[in-house]
Amino acid sequence: MLVYLTKRIVYTIPIVVGVSLVCFLLVHLAPGDPLVSVLPPDASEDLKQQLLIIYGFDRPYWEQFLRWVWRALHGDLGNSIASGRPVTTEVLRAVVNTLILATVATVIGFFFGLLFGFVGGYYRESWIDKTASALSVFGVSVPHYWLGMVLVIIFSSQLNWLPPTGAGPGGSGEWTPDWAHIRHLILPAITMSVIPMGIIARTIRALVADILSQDFVQAMRAKGLGERGVFLHVVKNAAPTALAVMGLQLGYLLGGSILIETVFSWPGTGFLLNAAIFQRDLPLLQGTILVLALFFVLLNLIVDLVQSLLDPRIQRS
Amino acid sequence: MALLRFGADAMPSAIESSEGYWASVWRRLRRDKVAMIAGAVVLALILMAVFAPYIVPADPFSGRMLRRLRPIGTEGYPLGSDELGRDMLSRLIYGARMSLLMGVTPVIIAFGLGSTLGIVAGYLGGWFNTIAMRTIDIFYAFPSVLLAVALSGALGAGLTNALVSLSVVFIPPIARVAESVTTQVRNRDYVEAARASGAPGFTIVRVHVLGNVLGPIFVYATSLISVSMILASGLSFLGLGVRPPEPEWGLMLNTLRTAIYTQPWVAALPGAMIFITSISFNLLSDGLRSAMDVKQ
Amino acid sequence: MSAAAPLDRGGPAQPLLTVRGLVKHFAVKGSLFGAKAMVRAVDGVDFEILKGETLGVVGESGCGKSTTARLLMHLIEPDAGTLIFDGETVGDGGLTMREFRRQVQMVFQDSYASLNPRLTVEASIAFGPQVHGVQARQAVDRAHGLLDRVGLDPSRFAGRYPHELSGGQRQRVNIARALALQPRLLILDEAVSALDKSVEAQVLNLLLDLKEEFGLTYLFISHDLNVVRFMSDRVAVMYLGKMAEIGPAGAVFDKAAHPYSAALTRSMPSMDPDHRTEEAPIAGDPPNPINPPTGCRFHTRCTFAESVCSTRVPALDPVGPEGGPSHLAACLMHEPGSGHSKAEAS
Repeated sequence: MLVYLTKRIVYTIPIVVGVSLVCFLLVHLAPGDPLVSVLPPDASEDLKQQLLIIYGFDRPYWEQFLRWVWRALHGDLGNSIASGRPVTTEVLRAVVNTLILATVATVIGFFFGLLFGFVGGYYRESWIDKTASALSVFGVSVPHYWLGMVLVIIFSSQLNWLPPTGAGPGGSGEWTPDWAHIRHLILPAITMSVIPMGIIARTIRALVADILSQDFVQAMRAKGLGERGVFLHVVKNAAPTALAVMGLQLGYLLGGSILIETVFSWPGTGFLLNAAIFQRDLPLLQGTILVLALFFVLLNLIVDLVQSLLDPRIQRS
Repeated sequence: MALLRFGADAMPSAIESSEGYWASVWRRLRRDKVAMIAGAVVLALILMAVFAPYIVPADPFSGRMLRRLRPIGTEGYPLGSDELGRDMLSRLIYGARMSLLMGVTPVIIAFGLGSTLGIVAGYLGGWFNTIAMRTIDIFYAFPSVLLAVALSGALGAGLTNALVSLSVVFIPPIARVAESVTTQVRNRDYVEAARASGAPGFTIVRVHVLGNVLGPIFVYATSLISVSMILASGLSFLGLGVRPPEPEWGLMLNTLRTAIYTQPWVAALPGAMIFITSISFNLLSDGLRSAMDVKQ
Repeated sequence: MSAAAPLDRGGPAQPLLTVRGLVKHFAVKGSLFGAKAMVRAVDGVDFEILKGETLGVVGESGCGKSTTARLLMHLIEPDAGTLIFDGETVGDGGLTMREFRRQVQMVFQDSYASLNPRLTVEASIAFGPQVHGVQARQAVDRAHGLLDRVGLDPSRFAGRYPHELSGGQRQRVNIARALALQPRLLILDEAVSALDKSVEAQVLNLLLDLKEEFGLTYLFISHDLNVVRFMSDRVAVMYLGKMAEIGPAGAVFDKAAHPYSAALTRSMPSMDPDHRTEEAPIAGDPPNPINPPTGCRFHTRCTFAESVCSTRVPALDPVGPEGGPSHLAACLMHEPGSGHSKAEAS
């Protein structure tokens, strides 16, 4: 067990290095001079050379990479070209907002996903199962940015029940748990919850149906174990997988929130990314992506570790 | 190479021939009502894209500013008009061209490159496999939306860049599936038997491996088309895909966003098209999967 | 490739295949930082297969029988060892691997897994000849001929897919596929083990007929001692990657020289109730091949084991005058001067 845990953690190191390298190279993938976005169009050759040296772009790539990683390890991801503020500050503030949105969405999605999955798995081929299956196909097929728009149309533009955009009244960027802020959270969170709901429902349905069809469940029923016992047994066996799927979905939502945040003008990482891309603010782009990807790697690691602790049979390689 | 042609010409006519694998898949798929309806919708969308110039009622590019944002059912504008007064119906029909192209092309490219990489890695095994698969793990560390946005954000907006980014997003999952299926097949006794017959590696892959791995990889790839459609239109929605005035569903959704208070249902139409396309590909892929998932 | 029967070069006295010092160790993943452990699957095996004979190979599962078969076909690369086929060294400028593989073919245990599910029966059989340059048409004709020969009507079976056949039919197809290259040596790796008893008997009889008709030599690997006895002229007994005993079938089964062979043959279910044995054949499971016992590998389970058995590795030597020169065993009791109390003093 300890060997597996150590292995899994050691195995993460090359991934983290690789992820950093990809993020670093993103800037060099960008067409043209990396300085283009900083320089005024009429900049002199002199100024250009000076800036090249200041940003370290005159150094060989590997040296730039090592410097970048070294600074990143100390929490310094450079300064945003657009705002001049440290990237780390900007990203961390945005991450909090995205995390709130993604967590609430995961919880909603998890709750309904479990519900549909369990019911569908228990009563296979019944109308309720078919409805649940249809809902899960809907969840993975719907363009969620469009779903967001439709919800805004219905609940904001037509019914005028909920605010269409922003995280709080008056464009408040700081989230506080009061009713005004919660009202802003409802639509984006529901929109976002549709994807994990579909996936969790699908996974759990298959899992529950599989567990119920196994010989030992039949044997438990034959021995006179009540349905409550069987249910507890199913829960116990489905829990590790359910948790794993939930963890991964949270990671996907964190990284994939850009479209929904754009629809709802939610001041999170997706919004930040959007701004970084259109202002060609490459340090900000690089930093945001690095933080999100590392979050995802970390979450993957935690999911694996928790899952193997819960169920020693699962030792994924 | 004249070697190994198992055509009908090599088979005397008196031989009883059995139903081939793909024939049996097709027979089962035909009985799946949901998949057949989804398939018909996909076919209709493709035909709509191909024959768009012949079926549109109006020019999708020219609009009249005086007739902006007309509601659905307006005389001459059956599905209303957009923010520049262009006919929505015509633009939605034309949009199928770019949207399908953007959604399907990356999966085709990724299927070609990803399955090649995965099959080679799976068949060769050893250090090549380790290097290839560890590299792929790195790309797996990015959620797909993030990777697509990051790449096309760095490369800059445009159709080619969006296609490149999306292809990169789908290569790792396809390569992974290809690698794991190939590794399984490689260790089957019939591959061993083929090696024991002295056949060169390339011939074994062509005759014994490809036929058994391409099916599962293909089904997996078709399940990605739906995701790819949503992502591709999503990039356009963010302004990272095709540029105006090109009719593309994601981009149309973006430019109509401001109209959700004036003509909400017109504004929602392009998204409905993306949804219909995506769900049809998804259901077709599901049907194909269960039609192929028979122990043979 | 001509359709003529393969040339016999060295005459009947020359062994068809000589195996010398065959070794294969598999690395298994050890602990994270520890050295990789090695499974000594095949650890220095020597034997000969004579022309026209059936050499049976027996042993418990995990003793290295199947690995040996795969090593012979070079389906797994051996770590060491020489193969001499009818006087010619395989590889190293002698017989090419490709030509060797044409002359030596193999039938696997799992009749289903060893046929490509996407190819028709005739395509599977015709594949080998086509690889060796036979035109598609002729290869298919040959496939039909072989199907007929293994008892499957080509007009009914040639176009079928493996899942449409029964286990016995599939194994007949596998035999036809192996014969399509006109080999001289056929390795049968548990080829009938998965079949029902009645089907097994039919396939065994087919194998005997084919051997006669095509002048084949068999290496017959099985865990079923009765079947091995029925099929084999000589028998080799393997234990933990090493050869314990090899000799004429009658001698090995009735006058086993190695305590392991003796225990194995005693454990055979006898058809004769008077000879049914009540004693437990061999105690315990075979030891872990990762760390095989020192000295004689059988000493941990051997009733005759003495202290010398745990230090001295027995050589595979002739058993003695009564066994004849062709009966070899690797046991210190038969090694003069070995120090074992039952061995002759030198």
